[in-house]
Amino acid sequence: MNRFLSIITYIILALFGFTMVVPFVWMLSTSLMTQSEFNKQETLFIPKEEYYLWKHGGEETRALLVMDKGETSVIHLLDEKLNIAEEYKEVPSGELALYKKKPSLHWENFSKAWNKVPFGLYFANTLYVSFASLLGVLITSLLAAYAFGRMEFKGKDFFFYLFLSMMMVPQPIYMISSYVLLDKINWLDSYNALIIPWCVNIFTIFLFRQHFKSLPKELFDAASIDGCSTFGMLWRIIVPLSKPVIATASIFSIITSWNSFMWPLVMINRPELRVLQVGLSYFNQEASTQTTLLMAASTFSIVPVLILFFLAQKQIIASHAKTGLKD
Amino acid sequence: MKPKWKISPYLYILPAFILLLAFRLIPIVMSFVLSFFEWSIQGTGNFIGLENYRNMFVDPVFWQSMRNTFWLVIIQVPATIVFSLLFAVMLNKIKYLKSFFRIIYFMPYVTSLVAVSIVWKLIFNEQTGLANTFLGYVGISPQAWLSESRGIFYLMFSSFGMDLPKYLHGPSQALFAVIIMTVWKSLGYNTIIYLAGLQNISKDYYEAAEIDGASKGKQFWHVTVPLISPTTFYVLIMTTIVSFQTFAQIYLMTDKGGPLNTTKLVVYYIYEKGFDMLEMGYASAVSLALFVLILALTIFQKRVEKHVNY
Repeated sequence: MNRFLSIITYIILALFGFTMVVPFVWMLSTSLMTQSEFNKQETLFIPKEEYYLWKHGGEETRALLVMDKGETSVIHLLDEKLNIAEEYKEVPSGELALYKKKPSLHWENFSKAWNKVPFGLYFANTLYVSFASLLGVLITSLLAAYAFGRMEFKGKDFFFYLFLSMMMVPQPIYMISSYVLLDKINWLDSYNALIIPWCVNIFTIFLFRQHFKSLPKELFDAASIDGCSTFGMLWRIIVPLSKPVIATASIFSIITSWNSFMWPLVMINRPELRVLQVGLSYFNQEASTQTTLLMAASTFSIVPVLILFFLAQKQIIASHAKTGLKD
Repeated sequence: MKPKWKISPYLYILPAFILLLAFRLIPIVMSFVLSFFEWSIQGTGNFIGLENYRNMFVDPVFWQSMRNTFWLVIIQVPATIVFSLLFAVMLNKIKYLKSFFRIIYFMPYVTSLVAVSIVWKLIFNEQTGLANTFLGYVGISPQAWLSESRGIFYLMFSSFGMDLPKYLHGPSQALFAVIIMTVWKSLGYNTIIYLAGLQNISKDYYEAAEIDGASKGKQFWHVTVPLISPTTFYVLIMTTIVSFQTFAQIYLMTDKGGPLNTTKLVVYYIYEKGFDMLEMGYASAVSLALFVLILALTIFQKRVEKHVNY
């Protein structure tokens, strides 16, 4: 590829990369401002404290430079909070000195937002729900994928396609009827409603099945001769050989439950059972004018997932890439 | 296989099967049944036959939500395909910083829709938002974004003094803002899918094209585009299905599907009918209509795929 084309490519990629990142940067930067700094809209990102000091007769007054006329300068005088106290004053330029202070970061926004609504509880609920359903998903998927991947039985294709077809039905389609169903069995407003229906994941079953099918037959023959039971093969041979794919599926599962929103929004009414996403959405309604707190809450709600993503980005990206390839 | 495995396979698929039966299959069937009932949130309902469907066909808000959803899909899906293919081709060509860009592009995809919807709602704020600040840099006047109910194409063309017929006004600027945000969020995932597809295309094709004297542009149109078409169909079908389900953005970024119902999408309408107005029977009828629509479109796209693929 020639040089010119290559430079253009990098420029376009960088421009769009900037678009991808700038909402996050803005979110973080806004979360560290005071509300009045944000409302003033003087800068896009964290404002630097920068003003002039007017030294006169042993006193120092903060000032904003309006015009430099050479010998003299026109300034506004500022008060302690950097609001304009007195407008248009002409002073000798020699009495002015630029004063720069590092931008002050208002980390207290994070603790303010955290304490405003019980985010600690929401985090705990989300962690509990994510890991409980992960456990369920792993158990049901390992078992089912073992049968689909390594066994022959009547109706295998029927069940396989039945499972597959259910994956194609989008969640919002059966949201109303699920609500009615959970109401009938008295599961609304309980952890059961958040966990049990999500203890199965068809995609994970297929992911595991693909992997189990690829394991060499000889392993199983040898184990069988050694008197290993059917379940023993799953537990002693398949699971140890499948650690990477299990890890990938677990990350998928955690991110999905962490981010799930519509289901917990609909099924849960009691504030003490709220998960993080629902809690955040209520906070969005209650604190809609407190932009900086809202951004702080958004920031700490995505940080755990981003950390997980950065730690395992290679595996996450590689396994997402696979979903588009046909076998 | 060994004969002792005869009953055990069923036991192995049983846990998954029971959960799928209880929480997928039964609700899907129930959804169908509920659509024939007048059903409020508690207790039992009255059987009213096709009444819900009859009401649906004359419900102007239902049709508006369908129109809105149609506009969303018709813009979001092609935009996603074009941009993600473009990025994938570029990422595939570069030598340095490849994984850096991949991570950056993928980041929005893993973050929660709730948090990014809140952020983008502020980005599209008329007074304090980032969107209008950037528009200001290129000399475009501030837009109302999420509170603008007029069509985006109407706004674009009227700034050149041109008038469009009403059916070409397009989605409201508010819905267009939602589309921008959603494309931003899903771009990384689809770029990665395309990148994997591109790496599957053998280099021989390009070498052959090179020998025949085909330019880079010709190679893109006559080699890359046809050979990547299986991936394009995958992205097309998945993005279509996902677009039809858009909910959180509307719930968080707009005022109940406003202004003037122009961001009310079908799934949001189902939610509103079911959980705000407690007309669960009616909401089920709308769910079913959506299901049939998605199914029909998927089958149609699969049919087309058979004719097009290489």
